Amino acid sequence: MLPKLPREALLDLCRRMFVIRHFEENLVPLHDKGVFGGHYHLYVGQEGTGVPAISCLRADDYLFTTHRNHGHLLARGAEPKKLFAEILGRADGLNKGKGGSFHSVAPSLGFLHSSGVVAGIIPLSTGTAYASKAQKNGRITVCLFGDGSLEEGAAPESFNLASLLKLPVLFLCENNGKYGAGRAVAAAQSSTMAAYPLTDLPKAYKIPAQQIDGMDAGLVHATISEAVQKIRAGEGPQFIEAQTVRFPGSETNWPTVPKQTDTSLAWDVSSVPEKARDWYRSCDPVLIYIRELVEAEQASRDEIAAVEAKVKAEIAAAVDFALQSPYPKPEEAEKAFFA
Amino acid sequence: MREIAYYEAKFEALEEIMAADERVHLINGTFLSLSPHRHVYQNLKNKYGARMIAPPISELSFCGLATGAAMAGLRPIVDLSTGSFIYEAWPQVANEAANAFSMSGGQTKVPVVFHLFHGLRGGGAAQHSGSPQAMLWNVPGLEIAIPSSPRDVKGLLKTAVASDNPTIFVDHTRLLDLRGEMPDNDKPIPFGAADVKRPGSDATLIATSYTVQVALQAAATLAKEKISVEVIDPRTLVPFDLATILASVEKTHRVVIADETHQSCGVGAEIAARIAESGFDKLKAPIRRVSTLDVPVPYSPPLEAHIGPSESRIIDAVKAVLR
Repeated sequence: MLPKLPREALLDLCRRMFVIRHFEENLVPLHDKGVFGGHYHLYVGQEGTGVPAISCLRADDYLFTTHRNHGHLLARGAEPKKLFAEILGRADGLNKGKGGSFHSVAPSLGFLHSSGVVAGIIPLSTGTAYASKAQKNGRITVCLFGDGSLEEGAAPESFNLASLLKLPVLFLCENNGKYGAGRAVAAAQSSTMAAYPLTDLPKAYKIPAQQIDGMDAGLVHATISEAVQKIRAGEGPQFIEAQTVRFPGSETNWPTVPKQTDTSLAWDVSSVPEKARDWYRSCDPVLIYIRELVEAEQASRDEIAAVEAKVKAEIAAAVDFALQSPYPKPEEAEKAFFA
Repeated sequence: MREIAYYEAKFEALEEIMAADERVHLINGTFLSLSPHRHVYQNLKNKYGARMIAPPISELSFCGLATGAAMAGLRPIVDLSTGSFIYEAWPQVANEAANAFSMSGGQTKVPVVFHLFHGLRGGGAAQHSGSPQAMLWNVPGLEIAIPSSPRDVKGLLKTAVASDNPTIFVDHTRLLDLRGEMPDNDKPIPFGAADVKRPGSDATLIATSYTVQVALQAAATLAKEKISVEVIDPRTLVPFDLATILASVEKTHRVVIADETHQSCGVGAEIAARIAESGFDKLKAPIRRVSTLDVPVPYSPPLEAHIGPSESRIIDAVKAVLR
């Protein structure tokens, strides 16, 4: 379903989803051509969670993210050109080339730190929440992590602390592992986690927890809005597991793009390679959202295509910007590791 | 000038810091370990209880909480109590707090203090006697302060809290009852300023933490044999004041380094390397290290005493470099 929002806001969510999708689809060939090195992870397939969820926040709230951080930063309004530049290790990057894909930050948007250790941010998120409570500024913290993060001891330790201290933090677990690599499709959702459902873990620490369909933008928006309201009212932490089906391009060790996204795919996936076709037909949250916009007569196909065309042009310009940005001077490596 | 006990100086610092800056929060512990004086912590709690928390026994999460709170503008001081417990929090201290400022391109400051008691404490055995400062010195992005006197603990703690960087505050329970002078209108002690604890001319004896006190005893004993030892306390490992040490070596040409980290890749090893790299031409004898022997710390008193940097081992080392 669609979020209960005015048309302009619905179209803005659509635009943000396109920004993420086309950003990621343009990143993969840059890596394949050797323009940047190191491992990286895509947010494709989770736009239906991140975009509506982040739209529920106040401008001064804190967010922590980890491996799949590109989508969260872009959903919140980070400039694609600076994120590309960071991932390419350039001087104009969000972190001046010191962080890369894993560690891109945007303090003005509430992203102070992005960890490459999957559960590394969970204790930190209790810290910004603790500070906000002490400073009585009404800010909340949203901690965005994947299901794998729950396997590290930092997760349950932090749930205990957050619950005891009634901290204003939302733990948003994006479980894209339903049918993912190394995951069992059987009764237990994950082959590496004995706690099932995953919500059992926060519930053991008396944190209210629920599972939702992370491909349903309207449900995500409604659920997160309500959770945020409770947290801001001082009720303590909340845990939400948003489930998505893993993007086929993230099944492999190195990301791939089975098919460049285009608005027309929402109604015809015949051009998608057969192996990935089912996902684009029924699990792609961007295409689901587009169809809902049209069915609800909030926008025509042409209007959506126009939004997409504008985003594509913006992303193409952002790639050019990053490619033209200089590398930092080598001696910068020895500077600024102390404040 | 007045005389004061080390633990009193430390609590004066905490009280003054808490009074001056409401961003300072105390996370966990008593800052006095199991010392009989730990009741003074209650005075602090009565005044500033709202800014103090007693978290569960989960070093990883509460060090992360303090680090995150520092990112958001607080200035938390975390008490890990026993130094070995920082191993439980290693991912947050060494991989998150230490890296955040650099990794963010200089945007995210982390003004957190991790306080701990290191070293041989008498019966601590292998898991409560750790001296993790050498390992932590191998992590860029952390400042390390290591006091040895009432005046230093007060002045360095104030500077640690004022610092915008994550700082490890390395204390020692055997110092808590030490009495020493405190100047009137005492000031914060800047990081990176070594202190000549006893002037001398025959050998330079560099020591840290409680071992400074052992080194001063050794120097007094050696003075009776007409051997003049200059005792230098670096006071901070990061930043490190090599200039004061080299100036002393210029005069004495002989160096002994005594401290409680294990010998291999220990604090003594790093200081010796720096002196050799920058002052080799000034040396007339190989540098000697008096460290904790490279074995897990044993429990039984004579075994524990055998492996530490004792006065007799320090005296032997000084005599060896003078030979």
